[in-house]
Amino acid sequence: MTELIVGPFNRVEGDLEVRLQASDGTVAAAYANSPLFRGFEVMLKGADPRDALTLTPRICGICSISQSAAAALALADAAGAEMTEQGALAAAILHGVENLADHVTHFNLFFMPDFARQAYKGRVWHSDMVERFTAAKGASQHAALEARARLFHIAGILGGKWPHTLAIQPAGVTRTPDAADRVRIVSILRSFRRHLETRLFGGRLEEFTALESVSDLACWTQGDAGLFLTASADLGLADMGWGPRRYLSYGAYPFATGRKTRAGVWADGEISDLKTGEIVEHVSQSWMLGGAAHPFDGATRPDEEMGEPGYSWCKAPRLGGRTCEVGALARQVVDGHRLALALADEGGVRARIAGRLLEIARTQIWLEDWAQALDPGGRFMGEFDVPKTGRGAGLVEAARGALGHWVVIEGGRIANYQIVAPTTWNFSPRDADGQPGPLEAALVGAPVADGETAPLSVQHIVRSFDPCMVCTVH
Amino acid sequence: MSLLCAEDPNVLELLDDAGIELLWHPAISEATGAEANATLESVLSGEAPLDILCVEGSIVTGPNGTGRFHILSGTGRPMLDWCRALAPLARHVVAVGTCAAFGGVTAAGGNPSGAVGLQFDGSQAGGALASAFRSRSGLPVVNVAGCPTHPGWVTETLLLLAGGALDAGALDAFNRPRFYTDHLVHHACPKNEYYEYKASARQLSELGCLMEHLGCIGTQAVGDCNIRPWNGGGSCTRGGYPCIACTSPDFEDPQLTFTETPKVAGIPVGLPTDMPKAWFMALASLSKAATPERINRNAHSDRIEVAPKPKRERST
Repeated sequence: MTELIVGPFNRVEGDLEVRLQASDGTVAAAYANSPLFRGFEVMLKGADPRDALTLTPRICGICSISQSAAAALALADAAGAEMTEQGALAAAILHGVENLADHVTHFNLFFMPDFARQAYKGRVWHSDMVERFTAAKGASQHAALEARARLFHIAGILGGKWPHTLAIQPAGVTRTPDAADRVRIVSILRSFRRHLETRLFGGRLEEFTALESVSDLACWTQGDAGLFLTASADLGLADMGWGPRRYLSYGAYPFATGRKTRAGVWADGEISDLKTGEIVEHVSQSWMLGGAAHPFDGATRPDEEMGEPGYSWCKAPRLGGRTCEVGALARQVVDGHRLALALADEGGVRARIAGRLLEIARTQIWLEDWAQALDPGGRFMGEFDVPKTGRGAGLVEAARGALGHWVVIEGGRIANYQIVAPTTWNFSPRDADGQPGPLEAALVGAPVADGETAPLSVQHIVRSFDPCMVCTVH
Repeated sequence: MSLLCAEDPNVLELLDDAGIELLWHPAISEATGAEANATLESVLSGEAPLDILCVEGSIVTGPNGTGRFHILSGTGRPMLDWCRALAPLARHVVAVGTCAAFGGVTAAGGNPSGAVGLQFDGSQAGGALASAFRSRSGLPVVNVAGCPTHPGWVTETLLLLAGGALDAGALDAFNRPRFYTDHLVHHACPKNEYYEYKASARQLSELGCLMEHLGCIGTQAVGDCNIRPWNGGGSCTRGGYPCIACTSPDFEDPQLTFTETPKVAGIPVGLPTDMPKAWFMALASLSKAATPERINRNAHSDRIEVAPKPKRERST
């Protein structure tokens, strides 16, 4: 048995250390450590509830709008308020733009550069990878960066700036767009579609969203998506990094008429309703004091001794005692898209990346519809008063998966604030029963070649989840 | 991630064209794990020259001054130690963002992690590094404060440093580059006409000035946010929400709440500092009394209700 410590683990958002025990050329056990504690939940205790709208987006520079949307929804829930119809639409556009940009950033900057490594020299697809994805130099990276920056002009129009906009409020958004703003947004989206169709997909988005099976997917050879699928088939990424094959989604983009994607849990081929009362955060192997609790009753008390058996600042959320995978694949599976359902049982590196590609295409199409539906004559902000007493949950879908804020208000101040981020689910440490988190389980069986200090298989698996460690440890 | 929004040219092209090579970047570089550690070691041994050390995020000193709340993964060593070891080797040290500069949002609400900036603890000189620290160039830590920072603030600071064009005189009292802190957020704010008449918004989404009721401190916050656009054309006040002075130390703990102006006897505290308060009040009450109906109505609406009618354009 040899032990490997992989860190600093870069091209993930924030700090991650992965400890591996390997024998006979495969990973036998893995431990995910989030080595940073900041304590946003502690800071918020005693604060004016409205401060959550300013402070929580600053948990993260990449999921900022997701945090903002969750905080606004939690406060609205506590106050019995809701966004106006147009306000919810503008908020969905802001959130959709961030999610779309994050997926594109992940694919081009974080995930793909590993295929351009010298270790893969000689593979038929390697020279294309080098040309498109060599870190900091790849042609696709440059194109994606520029397209992403232009896409964020929509955040400039509707939200003032990105990240850390304060535009999203419990009852709507702070800026009422006019008719010219609407057509500018439509134009920016047309330009982004061109980028996606020429470079990422090499075909119409609607053709990709029409794929229904794994064999359909395997036939997609165009664009950067096709290049990934070619490499994936060669390296066997479909059979690498299996998750728990239990997928959770809160449902993305809340509107008065319901959520754009379905909320629920997929397990054993069945989609069932989500019972949020069954969410419990364990801390037995985290550097946290206290016991397992539902987020409304949760506490954040760091163990300054960093004592055993703790090994991470991340808590371990479980649904009904079991781990769940969250993210783009989970969202698309729970929403019942046929390609995603076909990939649900596969549940490895390829499935995660394909799920994200599918969501890129679908999100772009939704954004186009929402931009058309913007009505500059409508009301973008409703009424909201801070409640003296109340509790509320703000459940949204960040790019990386299910994000929840739970707030308890007493005497007009925050009495408790608990956050469960997507990567808290995916990269959680072991729980009281010793059950490993989804990533920890997914790494077991990953091949380790002679002399590898940071096995490539491990890098592909870790990055396929698109972890955000800064959100995780908030 | 804000830096990735740099445009014309994109950030990778811009740095490459300027001859700035990324030794290692946590979101961009290929090197991970042992490969990244080898780079760090070669800097420590003096083998690889370190021209500019950029640090993002506050430096956490907890628990009990050990810095163990943030261990740089794979090294077993607190980030606090790493900063102290690497900073003296660098020709320039740049704190990117208000957290790295002053502690920032991570230091809010009682500062549970003991977060400080590289060379400031809030507005107090001395952070992870002593106030007397100077990098090899003789400069203190250059604080590109902002939450977030504008991508242009970061790239222009790097280009100026690389070109030897940023000296001590180009930094302000908090060692922020003056090219953006010689301006106030108030400058070129689209709500300036409302400000002139103190035609104030009473709730977020109204077009009026956000200073009197909604917490805006753009008249006292440094930054060229309304002069150079964010994300193609935005800014906080253009987005309809107040400036919270995110470029300033201690911005994270507002007196009341971020979106409400603290008042004493109905008068906002923290009026512009460079004019006598009595004069400000006198001018404000005069201009309030003189507010044109157009401005008054628009200030309390979420869209333009009354368009301006310039004299020369009036039909006869």
